[in-house]
Amino acid sequence: MSDHHNNEGLGVETFDARSPSRRRFLKTMGASSLAAATAPAWAQIAQAGQQQKEPVEPRDDGAPAEGEQQIQLTVNGVAHTLNVKPNAVLLDVLRDRLMLTGTKKGCDQGQCGACTLLVNDTAINSCLSLAVSHDGDEITTIEGLSQGDELHPVQVAFWAHDAYQCGYCTSGQIMSAVAILNDDNIGSDDASVREAMSGNICRCGAYKNILAAVQDARGKMEGAS
Amino acid sequence: MREFDYARADSPRQAVSTHGRSEQAAYLAGGTTLLDLVKIDIMRPDQVVDINRLDLNQIETLNDGRTRIGALVTNTALARDDRIKNEYAVLSEALLSGATTQLRNKATTAGNVMQRVRCPYFRDGVSSCNKREPGSGCAAIKGHNRSVHAVLGTSEQCIATHPSDMCVAMAAIGATVTVEGPDGQRDIGFLDFHLLPGDTPEREHALKPGELITHVTLDAPLENSRSGYLKLRDRASYQFALASSAVIVTLEGDTITNARVALGGVGTKPWRALEAEKALKGQKIGEASFTHAAGIAFKGATPYAHNAFKIPLGQQAIVRNLTTLTAQEDRRTS
Repeated sequence: MSDHHNNEGLGVETFDARSPSRRRFLKTMGASSLAAATAPAWAQIAQAGQQQKEPVEPRDDGAPAEGEQQIQLTVNGVAHTLNVKPNAVLLDVLRDRLMLTGTKKGCDQGQCGACTLLVNDTAINSCLSLAVSHDGDEITTIEGLSQGDELHPVQVAFWAHDAYQCGYCTSGQIMSAVAILNDDNIGSDDASVREAMSGNICRCGAYKNILAAVQDARGKMEGAS
Repeated sequence: MREFDYARADSPRQAVSTHGRSEQAAYLAGGTTLLDLVKIDIMRPDQVVDINRLDLNQIETLNDGRTRIGALVTNTALARDDRIKNEYAVLSEALLSGATTQLRNKATTAGNVMQRVRCPYFRDGVSSCNKREPGSGCAAIKGHNRSVHAVLGTSEQCIATHPSDMCVAMAAIGATVTVEGPDGQRDIGFLDFHLLPGDTPEREHALKPGELITHVTLDAPLENSRSGYLKLRDRASYQFALASSAVIVTLEGDTITNARVALGGVGTKPWRALEAEKALKGQKIGEASFTHAAGIAFKGATPYAHNAFKIPLGQQAIVRNLTTLTAQEDRRTS
């Protein structure tokens, strides 16, 4: 683990392949100003997202229009009153109405697991869920895992183990992992974890690192509780 | 996804009256089949009756030893129930072999019974499919018919397998499906619930329009039985069966006193192999009797261009399951 350093700003261990001098330079400069000057557009957008510290504001749509249903969703601890059409899918409502785009739309058919989130602490495919069916439910998305700047142990472990390549499946993988690690009915051995995670497809094939991350996080979560 | 009217029901009676006898209305439970098929425009309900708030979440042991499962008990909850694990191991194993953690968390007992076929020609919305569009033909019979196509119970109209693992275990255990409908409540024997395709593959089950499954009641477990589910598939997890077997057996010494055998992945409905069971009764355990019974289970099987391998594979699913179960010395009854 000698090539892992504690990155104080994020409170996590990160892999730093750069030379110490470059790293010092980055810290002196302030990573954000440097990134803004040199990073491609997508990285600046990602960084802007990371800098957003405010939780999502409670949303209240007021009276429903004809053909809409009024529902209450508590998402990451914030209660929203939303008006949705009966065919509105939970995944789409979270992404398009509440702008919680961390939950991904992959296959949109319940086959890939990219849309996995927790409803009342149970992992489900949000692409196969009508928003109206979840009136009154408590929903946890990837955005709700961290405590301020402190990432969830599973997020830290995914980072430390490089448990992704393109990253598109990652939030679903992490949500499944969180549910599995909190579930006493699922065995702690590698085979049980692989089976329990089989609903999360990783096209890049980062399964080995994902498994390592889940098992690493298990130790950290047990230590914390 | 197409638009539909939506109503949330608070009681089975209210659900039934909201649904009425309309062929265009659909009950919504876990949604893992319905919403999938609505999204790809294969099912086109104009009204969805959400039954998720109904009080049908219990697993109860009845006085006569049977076990009554509420329609909305999830596949996860059913698989984990101690009574199911101890007395109906085959059912718990079958449930856990199906789908994924997330899907099992949503999918319900009744919804699993109502699962639709996975034939790609049914799902693609354009190929000939008598199930989707009666009279249009069956693209699978002369098409790619390897993985989700049957060798038992097929017809010239349809060869799609029933995809459920849970139902295979229930077929072996024996069960009753209780439904509530516009004409009141009635019970349907589990083996009568799913229909062979015959000339009407669009009719998949014995429900009348508007009928709602409220419970599935398992027969009392065979005393001193041991049971198991063996699923053979293309990959280790998250795949439909190429062939599977649900076996329940009782022994006295080395003699089989009772046996139940059901098959998945090879039949157009959850397939109870009654003749194979008869052949096992009274026989000594061993490869000879198991192989003989397995052969009988596939008597009359019809192979298609790409799935003939399912006949020996299905036979092996029976032999291996029986071999494993009867080798468990500590659970012998004698």
